[in-house]
Amino acid sequence: MELGQATPAPTHTYGKLGALQSRSLQTKISHGLLHVLLVVLGVTFLVPFIWVASTSLKLPGQIFISPIEWIPKNPRWENYAELFTYLPFHRFILNSFFLAILEASGAVISSTIVAYGISRIRWKGSGFVFALVVATMLLPGVITLIPTFVLFKKLGWVGTYYPLWVPAWFGSAFFIFLMRQYMMTIPVELDEAARIDGASHFRILWQVIVPLCGPALATIALFAVLGSYNSFMLPRIYISQTSMYTIQLGLQLFQGRFGNFWHLVMAASMISILPPIVLFFVAQKYFVQGIQLSGLAGR
Amino acid sequence: MRDEEGSELAATVTSPRRSRISRLQRREFLFGLLFVSPFLIGMLLFWLGPMLYSLFLVTQKWNMLAAPRFVGLRNIQYILTDPLAGTALVNTAFYTFIGVPLQLVTAFALAVLLNQQIRGRAAYRTIYYLPAITPAVASAVVWTRILSSQYGILNEFLKTLGIAPVSWLFNPPFTKPAFILMSLWAVGPAMIIFLAGLQSVPKELMEAAEIDGASTWRRFWKITLPMMTPVLFFSLVVGIIASFQIFTAAFVMTNGGPQNATLFMVLYIFRNGFEYFDMGYAAALSWLLFCVIMVFTAIQFRLSNRWVYYEVG
Repeated sequence: MELGQATPAPTHTYGKLGALQSRSLQTKISHGLLHVLLVVLGVTFLVPFIWVASTSLKLPGQIFISPIEWIPKNPRWENYAELFTYLPFHRFILNSFFLAILEASGAVISSTIVAYGISRIRWKGSGFVFALVVATMLLPGVITLIPTFVLFKKLGWVGTYYPLWVPAWFGSAFFIFLMRQYMMTIPVELDEAARIDGASHFRILWQVIVPLCGPALATIALFAVLGSYNSFMLPRIYISQTSMYTIQLGLQLFQGRFGNFWHLVMAASMISILPPIVLFFVAQKYFVQGIQLSGLAGR
Repeated sequence: MRDEEGSELAATVTSPRRSRISRLQRREFLFGLLFVSPFLIGMLLFWLGPMLYSLFLVTQKWNMLAAPRFVGLRNIQYILTDPLAGTALVNTAFYTFIGVPLQLVTAFALAVLLNQQIRGRAAYRTIYYLPAITPAVASAVVWTRILSSQYGILNEFLKTLGIAPVSWLFNPPFTKPAFILMSLWAVGPAMIIFLAGLQSVPKELMEAAEIDGASTWRRFWKITLPMMTPVLFFSLVVGIIASFQIFTAAFVMTNGGPQNATLFMVLYIFRNGFEYFDMGYAAALSWLLFCVIMVFTAIQFRLSNRWVYYEVG
């Protein structure tokens, strides 16, 4: 490139080559340092997990010693069995799963339908509804906390699961947004061809669009499952009967009653942490994809 | 049915007969409305309706047992004289305005590190992301022990550096910093958004700058950072909205203590609503928080044209 310009002397080119060689050595060193830094950070991020796991397998006598014994000598798996004698954790887990499935199905179905209405049907209100979706994403949910409680109380829904999963079936702004972003990447020609063949909107959605939206559907399902499983405030407000507790409510109850037994509390925490972690490892791709899609809101 | 629709479409193309067009348009309008109706109904039932009803609640004194009593603006007046409301607002603002910038800087730094061409990048990314999927209650329960003044791992670590143990959750000046530290542990989502943003910075731009002799540092400040401002802006807006509504950690770990140092707004609203059953006052506090959040969101959008760079096209 520089040859055409004639001015730079050949020595200059050699100098650049030398610089390149020393640069590769430099990159090697800097990459080494980078790895050290990344590992140190990684350990920092992982330490709480390692500590929970290790504490959950100890006896009190092994916990309250310093320095910390990271790998317990005689891991006490019985701690986990002991938990179930105090509170029905299996019940809590099942309740959580039940709610997560109900909420996720609602979120997936309704968000897909609404996103189709915004992105694939040409009608006057679609732009307005999309603006409404985006605006709703920025509304702080706290404002509805008190009045919806009164509403659900009047409906006789306090003490039931309805307040937790019914709203999900009306679509959440964030999921609609994600789905719409994804649907926008599907060529319009596909619908138009189906339209000319006389297919109704329901058929286009079901037979043309939905089969192409697999990754987005998976992402929404994952986020919905996780959101439901991890939620605490709403279950805390609406559920009072222990047999209906979710795992998060159960953990909080257990921590309140048995807070001094660190080993048991940590075992209970492990039970709460494990399902989302397993889910994460199974479906990591969709997590990353979904978060990236959400970040595109800034573009 | 099939043929009819086909001829209808054909009609719109060949002969612009008004009635046909408008009939098709009207049909599409009705279908559009039908498809978005779950969202619109949901908006009415779970947003707009409750918000209007909440405005009414603000004027009431009501414990949900006796009949509600009209008190005018007394609930709003009471906010001004209630020292706890002020404390909660200041605590929440502290946690947000110190915490969110630190969270963004941490997430950004991690993303820059992970944006290098190195081996094992996916593994590092997974590890840094894991805390973000940990349920809030579980991480609160675990961090209560991590921050414990005796045998907590943070103090154990500080001991090796020769620092005296700190009573993180029982000494008021330390509690909010401890909460912020905990929030830095879970910056995974922002990190991934930033990483995606970094990877979408055009390679040609960087190469051109490199050929022109721009140093790594200069390229970062003059190209990477400006290109990242839309993503940073998005994370800032969303981060502040979420941070203003912190609840679970405070509820589980300290229940507002010590000496109300972690009494945040949503926790205070929760108490008034579901422990003291003062629905009117809880609604008034919700509106206060809502307005504060909306004002700061609006300010950010206002200021955004000064620093956020949008590519044309």
